[in-house]
Amino acid sequence: MKVLYFAWVRERVGKAEEVIDLPAGVATVGDLMAWLAQRGEDYAYAFENPRVIRAAIDRSHVRADAKIEGAGEIAFFPPMTGG
Amino acid sequence: MTTTIRLQRDAFDVNAEAARLTRGRTDIGAVVTFTGLCRADENGEPIAALTLEYYPGMAEAEIARHVEQARARWPLLGVTVIHRHGRIAPGEVIVLVATASSHREAAFAAAEFLMDYLKTRAPFWKQVEKISGTAWVDAKAADDSAAERWSAPSPPRREAAK
Repeated sequence: MKVLYFAWVRERVGKAEEVIDLPAGVATVGDLMAWLAQRGEDYAYAFENPRVIRAAIDRSHVRADAKIEGAGEIAFFPPMTGG
Repeated sequence: MTTTIRLQRDAFDVNAEAARLTRGRTDIGAVVTFTGLCRADENGEPIAALTLEYYPGMAEAEIARHVEQARARWPLLGVTVIHRHGRIAPGEVIVLVATASSHREAAFAAAEFLMDYLKTRAPFWKQVEKISGTAWVDAKAADDSAAERWSAPSPPRREAAK
């Protein structure tokens, strides 16, 4: 599965995207954030406050309790500041 | 309805874009345009420029979804949304929302609706260049409440597609 990071989430993780094999037991967007957070210092810093991080599955906004099964692309980013 | 949605790095001519909405038409009685500009300060601190990052593919899709919602809600005859990305200097245009309708109420309301949603739902992020360094702009609670008023009392949430 492709994982994308934007803005300060991208800067903290240190990369814009990567491909990961979904580990067993990771069912929701929130589970994935918790799993990512324990992959190292950079990830822990990026996901230290998961409640402020927004997510999208296949380019649609989702909440942390959304299931990720079948997702092709999942993105994590801060609250949006366009316009 | 004529719909134009563009994301681009380059500056553009706001008047030419608005004129394009009504060219050759006699059924449009109202055009409302909102132009968002880059200010020279952020929270009172001077900035040299801002840089807009966006999520290619999702930004276009999210804008298109909201244009569809606006269309379902008001009798619109045309909508143009142009949003820039990359580095933008103070005084330059960042975003244009233009709406056309037979009468002003729909055009005003749809333009405001689209801007409120662009601010809170379209995946763009602003970074400003200050003397002290670069900083990501924080989302404002006022923008969230501005967007929420369109879906009161209980805002629908989009679940995962699958």
